[in-house]
Amino acid sequence: MEILVCVKRVPDTSENEIELNAAGNDIERDELVYSINEPDNYAVEEALQIRDRVGGNVTVVTVGSEDDEEVLRRQLAMGANQAFLLYDEAFEGSDGRGIATILKEFVLKGHYDLILTGVQADDGAAQVGGMLAAMLDYPFASLVNSIEVDSSKLRIGREIEGGNREISEIDLPCVLSIQTGINEPRYVGMRGIRQVASVPIATFGTGELNVDEALVGAGAAKVKRVDYFVPVLGKSAEILSGSREANAEKVLELIAAKGGLK
Amino acid sequence: MSRIFVCIAHRNGVAEDTAAELVSAARAIDPSVAPTALVAGHGRDIDTVCESVRPLFAEVWKLGNEALSYPNAELMRQALVRALPPQSIVLVPHDHFGIDLSPGLAVKLNSAYVPDIVAIEGVEQNWLRVVRQEFGGQIHAHVRCDVSSGAVINVRPGAFKAEPARSVDGVIIDKSADIGTLTVRRRYLETIVAESGAVDITKHSVLVSVGRGMQEKDNIAIAEELAEALGAAVSCSRPVVDARWLEKSRQVGSSGKTVKPKVYLACGISGAFQHLAGIKGNPFLIAINKNPKAPIFQVADVGIVDDVLEFLPELTKKVQELRGVSAK
Repeated sequence: MEILVCVKRVPDTSENEIELNAAGNDIERDELVYSINEPDNYAVEEALQIRDRVGGNVTVVTVGSEDDEEVLRRQLAMGANQAFLLYDEAFEGSDGRGIATILKEFVLKGHYDLILTGVQADDGAAQVGGMLAAMLDYPFASLVNSIEVDSSKLRIGREIEGGNREISEIDLPCVLSIQTGINEPRYVGMRGIRQVASVPIATFGTGELNVDEALVGAGAAKVKRVDYFVPVLGKSAEILSGSREANAEKVLELIAAKGGLK
Repeated sequence: MSRIFVCIAHRNGVAEDTAAELVSAARAIDPSVAPTALVAGHGRDIDTVCESVRPLFAEVWKLGNEALSYPNAELMRQALVRALPPQSIVLVPHDHFGIDLSPGLAVKLNSAYVPDIVAIEGVEQNWLRVVRQEFGGQIHAHVRCDVSSGAVINVRPGAFKAEPARSVDGVIIDKSADIGTLTVRRRYLETIVAESGAVDITKHSVLVSVGRGMQEKDNIAIAEELAEALGAAVSCSRPVVDARWLEKSRQVGSSGKTVKPKVYLACGISGAFQHLAGIKGNPFLIAINKNPKAPIFQVADVGIVDDVLEFLPELTKKVQELRGVSAK
């Protein structure tokens, strides 16, 4: 099976506190630690496991810039067969739809049975996979947390409310957005990354992809982020400012007062 | 301004709360326009739902089709593309169905898509200004969206106050004939109901709930010691289950369990809305997190900015001391 996984490099929220910059219009990007978007990492792991069961190849792709090569390199170290970077000045400032348009043209250059994305990235939009499927006229399923291959179709589970799982059958080719927890992504060490240091990563732009420039980039974006802000909230927690011991005592008093000590 | 539609999520013939919430959202876009409900389904359920939402809408569009008896977003998308007029503004609850439906719907309608909005600030000419959250709720963003060729807007459940019913009931219009034959490339087979697990977190009045801040599996024991001293249970947020530190049945949130304890200790939990959606009954919420900007502090009653791995053992010691004293 030929599997394509669309990935994104994002600020790592487990390593960073996301804060407003001094101008108040963007997040503070200096000293941010970046990593692969967590759901995308699960998607790559799932693709590798499927490939190892049924054969084929795993290709990873990202729309970004030179800086994003590091996440592609990491996915190669995990075991992906090849990686592509889609970069062009004309792509900059694309909204979700623009990104999906660029990916669609990349997909049409190859032949993929299955396309995976992470369920959502740093902006929480959860949109590119569904848009890509609609543009390709492929069936789509989001929030996928299990995949079984059955020749020309897949049996998939989707995460729905209350921890329940919705089981469906979906025809290939299709696009699936992968939920975290579907598998246990393998560890990638520095040694693994060094081993793929010389593997070439091709960059495709408008010269290689049949992208209509009127449909991508900042000019085509119908959805634009104006600024970031921190809302002023009416209610927020009373922060205990005592010593650790005093705070623990206070918390215990509060638990008791609320009827939490039996 | 374009016509505004509201997708009604319903189950067993009952419309979900999002129906009235999305009417509020529609009014925030254009107070002068009475929105139209979109009710898709089959059989007696769909008629019951159409009838029940009439007081909220000027028109209720019934989209009946046997293929829609189970809410399959792939089929619903086809149905809506055929039934909706050009330039429509479509509001959809941002739940597992809306996430499935909407991005592709916007592409097929050739309209803009804005996911998971939490507030609407108004419309200037063709630009709708909304508020979204990014980075798991750590920061908010103003987003503007060109709605001149229509828009699909996914609205976070619970973000808008439910609109009260109108005095005049809306008219039900049967649009089923517009849908035609729906083709299936994704077939629903069954629903597997979540297992309840050895510990039922929904039955406990005190929960020691742990998140990513516990750092590794072995540290869960620190929370278990506290829970044991308190006579409480250990629950958790999603990353803890993803990392396989605890089983799925311990997870609180929209994709886990809904709990109603008296006291909820959020330990190293950032406070993503999907987690908070599982905490009901307004418990006394105590948050411990070393990040003073963690969103959990915006909703907690009391907060402690500290490392849970240091603070919890201190609290356990205090509980054990108290128990020791009272045992004498």
